[in-house]
This record gives sequence, C-alpha cells and structure tokens, in this order.
Amino acid sequence: MSVADLVEGVLSHNRRYLARLISMIEDEDSRALEALSLLFKHTGKAHIIGVTGPPGSGKSSLVTKLTAELRRRSKTIGIVCVDPSSPFTGGALLGDRIRMQEHSLDDEVYVRSMGTRGHLGGLSRATSDAVRAIDAFGKDVIFVETVGTGQSEVEVIDVAHTVIVTDVPGSGDDIQAIKAGIMEIADIFVVNKCDLPGIEKKVAEINAMLDIDPRERAWRPPVLLTNSRRGDGIPELLDTIRAHYEYLKESGGLQKKGLQRSREELQELMKYKLTRELSLKLRGKPEYEEAIRQIAKREKDPYTVAEQLIAEFLSSMNR
Amino acid sequence: MGDNKTLPAAVKRWDENTVKKTINRFPERKEIFHTISGLPINRLYTPLDSRNLDYKKDLGFPGEYPFTRGVQATGYRGRLWTMRQYSGFATAKESNKRFHFLLNQGQTGLSVAFDLPTQIGYDSDHPLALGEVGKVGVAIDSLEDMEVLFDKIPLDKVSTSMTINADAAVLLAMYIAVAEKQGVPMDKLRGTIQNDILKEYVARGTYIFPPTPSMRLITDTFKFCSENMPLWNTISISGYHIRESGSTAVQEVAFTLADGIAYVQAAIDAGLDVDDFASRLSFFFGSHSDFLEEICKFRAARRLWARIMRERFNAKDDSSCKMRFHTQTAGCTLTAQQPDNNVVRVTLQALQAVLGGTQSLHTNSRDEALSLPTEESVQIALRTQQIIGYESGVSDTVDPLAGSYYIETLTTEIEDKAMEYIMKIDEIGGAPAAIEKGFIQREINDAAYAFQKSVDANERVIVGVNKFQVNEERQFDYLRVNPESEREQIKRLSDLRKTRDNEKVNIALQTLRAGAEGDTNLVPLILKAVKVYATLGEICGVLREIFGEYKAADL
Amino acid sequence: MSSSTKIRVLVAKPGLDGHDRGAKIVARALRDAGMEVIYTGLRQTPEMIVRAALDEGVHCIGLSILSGAHNALFPKIMELLKAEGVNDILVVGGGIIPEDDIPALKKVGIGEIFGPGTPLDEIVEYIQNNVKF
Repeated sequence: MSVADLVEGVLSHNRRYLARLISMIEDEDSRALEALSLLFKHTGKAHIIGVTGPPGSGKSSLVTKLTAELRRRSKTIGIVCVDPSSPFTGGALLGDRIRMQEHSLDDEVYVRSMGTRGHLGGLSRATSDAVRAIDAFGKDVIFVETVGTGQSEVEVIDVAHTVIVTDVPGSGDDIQAIKAGIMEIADIFVVNKCDLPGIEKKVAEINAMLDIDPRERAWRPPVLLTNSRRGDGIPELLDTIRAHYEYLKESGGLQKKGLQRSREELQELMKYKLTRELSLKLRGKPEYEEAIRQIAKREKDPYTVAEQLIAEFLSSMNR
Repeated sequence: MGDNKTLPAAVKRWDENTVKKTINRFPERKEIFHTISGLPINRLYTPLDSRNLDYKKDLGFPGEYPFTRGVQATGYRGRLWTMRQYSGFATAKESNKRFHFLLNQGQTGLSVAFDLPTQIGYDSDHPLALGEVGKVGVAIDSLEDMEVLFDKIPLDKVSTSMTINADAAVLLAMYIAVAEKQGVPMDKLRGTIQNDILKEYVARGTYIFPPTPSMRLITDTFKFCSENMPLWNTISISGYHIRESGSTAVQEVAFTLADGIAYVQAAIDAGLDVDDFASRLSFFFGSHSDFLEEICKFRAARRLWARIMRERFNAKDDSSCKMRFHTQTAGCTLTAQQPDNNVVRVTLQALQAVLGGTQSLHTNSRDEALSLPTEESVQIALRTQQIIGYESGVSDTVDPLAGSYYIETLTTEIEDKAMEYIMKIDEIGGAPAAIEKGFIQREINDAAYAFQKSVDANERVIVGVNKFQVNEERQFDYLRVNPESEREQIKRLSDLRKTRDNEKVNIALQTLRAGAEGDTNLVPLILKAVKVYATLGEICGVLREIFGEYKAADL
Repeated sequence: MSSSTKIRVLVAKPGLDGHDRGAKIVARALRDAGMEVIYTGLRQTPEMIVRAALDEGVHCIGLSILSGAHNALFPKIMELLKAEGVNDILVVGGGIIPEDDIPALKKVGIGEIFGPGTPLDEIVEYIQNNVKF
C-alpha cells in the first residue's frame, strides 16, 4: 500500500485504510509518518475528549453511553482505548472493546484498542498519531480512554480538548496521593455509579480539592453525577462537554491549546528524530560501547562523553 | 485417649527414624504434595489431627443436622442414588428415543439437555441460532416440541431434571402443560429446574436478562412452586460449571454456597418464609480428579450449608438445612487422547460422588471431549453407576469413610477455607455484587490459568496428554447431529405459526408484557402463553423488551 | 518486522456458546508471550468478528467454540473476510471440533485447529511462526 493510497483511502472514508494506517503508525512504518504529514491539513476538526480515571470507575461504559447519545445527535465517533502493556513481556490484554458491543456494527463508529507499549506517561506517540489519523478521517468526536493509574494520566491533556476524570463513590482516601496530577487536568469530573453509597462525600472531596487549587481558572470543572449502566446523567454530561468546547472557543483557550500542542508536538518530533538519528549513528559502534565501559569504570565521566559525542554528531551533520 | 499424650512423641520417633531411613534410600516423588486445589497433604494423618473433632457436633448422624454424614438416615441402604444421565440433542423426536432407551436400560430419572438457542430464549429461526439448533441439546420452540419430547413418558412416574436457567420458568410451564394433557396434576410432578442464573454470569454464559429481573423470575418460581408443586425442586444451585471453568474445590464450595445465600436472601426479601421454600432447594456439584479431596468437598459442603441455614437464616425445620445434591463427573478432566482412559476416570469420579453421598449422579461418556456421546458410550457410563451400586458394596453402609483422620481433617479444612471466601464475598456485598465487580470471575480465571501452566510444565500429569502419550490413528465413531435437523425444526416452527390461534397468542403475550412491567407472578402468565402455543422466542422476546439484556464485560 | 511490531490477536467466541475458560486462558498466554490481545467476549456474530478484526488491524483471529456450530460459523467468517478482500489474517480455532471436520475447515482457509489438551506453547509458537506482516 503506497502513501498515496493510504491518504486517499483515509480521506475517502474507507475504514480499511484508516485501520491500516494506524497499524503502520504502531509499527513505526515510515510510510505512516509520510501519510500523516500529508493528512495533517485535514485535521483539527474533531472534538477530542479524554476520559481517564481509576480502574473500575466505568470509563468504558461511560464512553459507550456517550457514544450512543452522540449518535442520536447524528455525530460520528472515533474511540481509542489505551490499556497498559506488561513491562516484562511487552504484551497486553486490551479489554475495553468488549464493553462497547452495542456499537460494534455501527458504520459511523470506529474503535481501536492500543497498548501503552512501554510508554510510561500513559499515552504513547502512536496514540496521538492514531487520534490524528481518525481526525483526518473525519470523525466529529474522538474519545481517548486511558489507563487510569494516577499521575501518569497527565499526558492525556496533550491530546484532548476536554478531559473528563471519572471516579466512583467510596473509592477510598488512598486515592488522595495520586489525585495531585489528575485533579489538575480535569475539565469535568464525573462521579459514576452514582447509585452507590458515599456520593455526597465523594462530591465534597472533589470540590474541596478544587477549592484549594491555587490557579485562577475561568472554567471551574463541574462535578457531574452519572449512572452509566442506566444512562442517567448522560445527556447532561454531553451538554457540559459541548459547553466546555464552546468556552474554549470563546475564551481563546482552543487557540492557546492549539499553539501549545503544536509547540510540544514539534519539539517531540524533533527530539524523536534527533534521538533516532543519533542512536542509529552510534549503534554497535565499538568506540561507543568502549566509552560506556569506561564511564562504568569511572575512567571517563558521562557529562564529557555526551558533549563529545554530540559535538561529533553535529559536525558530521555539517559535512 | 491417653494416646494423645504419648502420640506426638511416637510420631516424631517414626518421622526421625523409620521415615528418614526410607527417604535416604529413595526420596519422595515430590518436594511438596498438595491436592489438585492446592491444599497441602501431609505424609500421614493420625488421631492427633482429629483430636478437636466433636462427633456429635461436627459429624452427627445421617439424616440429622448438620448432615455431615448424609441427608438420609439409611443412606443407600434405603434407595440407591438416582442414575440420571443428561441427554438431549437434535429434535424432540430423537431425544424422546434416547430417553426411552435410557429408561429401558435402567436409568431412574430423566435429565434434559436443551440446545443453546433454547437456553438463551431464541427460536430456531433466529439469526443467532444459525448452526446451533439441536447441537448441545434438544431444540424446543414451543409446547408442541415438548409434547413430542415426552411422548409416552409417564410424568407421574419419572422425575425429570431440566438444565435450563434464564428461561426456566418457560420450560417449567411447558412441562406442566404436557403433564396436564396426560392427566397428571402439578402437585404430583417430581423434578428439578436448574434455574441458577448467578453462575451463568460467571461460568456458563447462557444468561438473558440482567441480575435484578432474573432474580425476580427465580423468586416467582419459588413462590409458584411452594404453593402448587410440593415435590418439585425449584433450583439446582450449581458448582459444577464453576469448577469446569477452572476453580478449585474450595472455590466451588464457596461460590456455590454464596450464590445459594443470595437466592435465599432474595426469596426472604420477596416475602417468603425460609422454611416455606428452603427444603426444595437443591445443589449440583462436579466430581473432579482428586479422589479424597472430592469426597471431603461433598461432606464439607453439606455441613457448611446446614450451619449457614440454621445460624444465618434461622431455619427452624431441619429439612431446610438439608443439602441435597446432584453430581456430574467432571467433563473438563476428560481427554480427547486415548478416550477409553476416560472410562476409568469416570469410574473413580462416580465412586467419589457415591462415597460423598450424592442424591443423583450423571456419569460422562468416554467420547465427550470429542463430541456428543454415542449410544454405546452412554451405555458404558450408565453401567459404571450400576456396577458401583450393585456390585461394589460401598452402598451397603452409610458414609463409610467417616472417622478417617485424613478425611475429617480435609473436610474441616475445606469448610473453613470456603467460609473465608464467603465472608469476603459478604464484605463485597454478596454474590451478585461480587459478580458485578468481577471478583469471582478473577479468582476462577487465576485458578484456571495456574492449572494450565502446571499441566504445560508437566507438574500436573494428565495421562495420555503430557505423559504416556501415543501416536493415535484410532478412528472414532462420533455422534453427528444431522444438519437436516435444523432445517426440519425451522419448518415445523413456521408451520406452527400458521396453524395456531394467533389471536390468542397475541393476547397472552400482551398480558405477559403487562405482568412483566408490574410485579405479578409471571409463572401463571407464562403458563397461559405456553398453552396457546406462543413460542419460547416470542415469550422471551417480550421479557427481553421489558427487562433488557445482560451485557457481560470482564476479563 | 520492526522491533516495535507487536502481533495483534483477536480472540473471539462466535455463536451462543458460553464456555470461555479456554479462550481466556489462551488470551492470557498470548499476552504473556508479548502479543496484544483483544478478547471480544461472548455471542459474537461473524459480522462482528470480522468488523473487529479489520478495525483493530489484527494479524490473527482465534476462534473458540464448543457448541458444534463451527461448521456453519467458521466458513461464514472466512467468507466475510474474503468479501472484504482480506487474505493475510491468520485464522485459527479451538474448542470441541471433531478431527473429521478439520480438513474442510482448512480448505476454507483456517490455518490450524487446536483441540483439547494442546499445550499453550504450541499455540503461541504456531501464531508467531505463521502470522504475516
């Protein structure tokens, strides 16, 4: 499949090509980057919603119900579900799709399961590129559902316009410690399974944390209650998501995010490219391995070696 | 008794001298021995191990609380267990033939297997029924099929167990209607409906509706039967499938009894008095590979349930505390390799169940890892039970293994460990909550995975599979369900829809819908619908609309 | 295959059969072997399985069935894949499938059938050796 085929396939709404492009993105196939660069000008239309929170808080079922409601409002949806890859085996059990059965044959819904593949931040570059591909494909809304293990969730804000943080009543005070990161990224809090006891306490907890947030924010994240199994609170949540997107547009927040994202992305890509070039150059070089051994034996220091290698690399680039 | 003072020293002496000498010549086969469920097994058990056993309190007498030694005072001296082979396949006509064959061969009760569409409330022409009709059991789309199934079988003389769960009420109604046509009143009918939805969510997968409306259907059947069918077992609280899906023996007892607790509680919450229905509850266990552990498992389960009924639910009648159970030999232990070996496995497993005091027994056929059993294979399975019952002599005294130091120790250990699980499940909020949170599924999944790893690593031997293999060229005679059966069944269904009174059917379904939206007992309404030949799929379709469908999601 | 390529497998339960012990164990074993596994859950129609396989870009589909409906369902799945123009996904099966049926299944494109007693390693290795990239 050539790059041109891929691009045309994606733009003409052929889901086989979208699926293939995402596979190439994951496999770090160079055609993928080329295709993405050609597709880039077609991105930026989708509303990207991050959904994160502790395991068991019903994220998947929430996303499923939100999707159903959005479909009723004639929107098309993309869903990317990220699950942790085992740091030892590299494998992963991607268990979110199973919770989204009701959309399995809806042609306007595309679901893709991805592993973190060792990326500690909870979200890999492949994930953000996959989201971009789905954006170019033309989906109105894209959900990114992530691992929910605490501080590592912070990265989902790089990709999403609106971040929903989920929780359930009675989930215990030990969450406090990890909350530090999550609380700051939320645009909307959703307390799911609101039929369980401990609702008021949970809502109070969240509001208390918001109260002590030192940042001045024009948008104070609302705390919404849902029962994703029954569908309670879903239309209201969707309206709030919409409202947040409007707020971002009106306040210039959308633009600001866009600039910030573009800056970060460019830096990321450059860093990635540089690191790759460097390691390609150095890989297997006996002098490199020797330098490492010398550092270990304290015969050389890493600071000096790094300077030298970079200097050599840069000058080799100039030739 | 004075032995208990000198015994420890004697055991020590034996260990340090006699045993040591032997081990120096050749070590034991393993470093550590444990049961297939992971419970440790000592080299030797002595009176010291049962020194805390209180005969009256912990063992008691057969037929008396806590029923450790059995629920019948005379055990099998009074009556042998019911030999009840599960069967059913393809059409009602062929299944009827197999029923007659088995009854003529000496089987004493019927056990009906239904196909998956029937179990899941779909008619044979439903798109999801494609390829499934008549495969794992008989296809029943309407009362007409049921009439053929029990043709010339006197329902006042046989007891029938039906393995049906989510739509048990519908099949029960059909059975009642067939009996009525034979002139047999409801209150004379003997049998069981499995009717245990909780284990479906966890281990068997033939659920239809979500938990709450499912429990309502179950308590409706309890109520209906307690008023109209005093000889009918309203539920067979099952551990068999839990065990088949990979749990340990302790988990089998724990999760089954936890489910039982949930059902009893639901019935009490629905307004029934525990002594009104508890004596018609029955259970269903597997009989697995570890011979002695299984015998202890049955005894532990009986004692634990009795205690739960008396202490937790304050049952006043002793009959409410009696755990009666059916056993099936463990299908998951049968191998496709060297199938004749399975006859030996089943023999041991059947013997375990008998020594454990089961009320009825199904023995698997040797070819079940390959396909549905042939007539020849099922005959051998039946003969296995008959030889144990009539030739081996184990039925001639009650609970013969009681008092064995190992047996009593292991029985207590299983009971204690199962109780720990039950308390954990209580903390989570009961079996339904534990299922919703995935706790039970995870425990089973972990046990299943660990078992498979131990087999793959050759730590756990399976003869013919990872040891003593042969290169097999053997040709086996499979039972094949004729693919024509599916087409025939669909034709019969379409003919029925034309010849019945559709006006009456619509009215009955409307009445059922209204009943489902409210809280009237649905069993009489289902009975009415069944009698005018509304199909199973139509009845369940109405209930699906009102109750919704259960959506599983866990790994 | 680059170092970042992971084998992606869809483990599916076609039809009404509810016995998932084997499917779940195989899913875990594949994960432990470094693969990314998507388990579909129960009651999958052939259409749902093919849709999931294509959207998820899997290299292999594992079908688990114990109800005897494999002769109707497996060929249907292969037909649907063919209609989508897909010929590079490895399809394997397991459960209760009589040996007599295996040749016909292989003829429609099923790669291998793993019966009861198959060691997990054998399944893992087969997939590793036979997926196409």
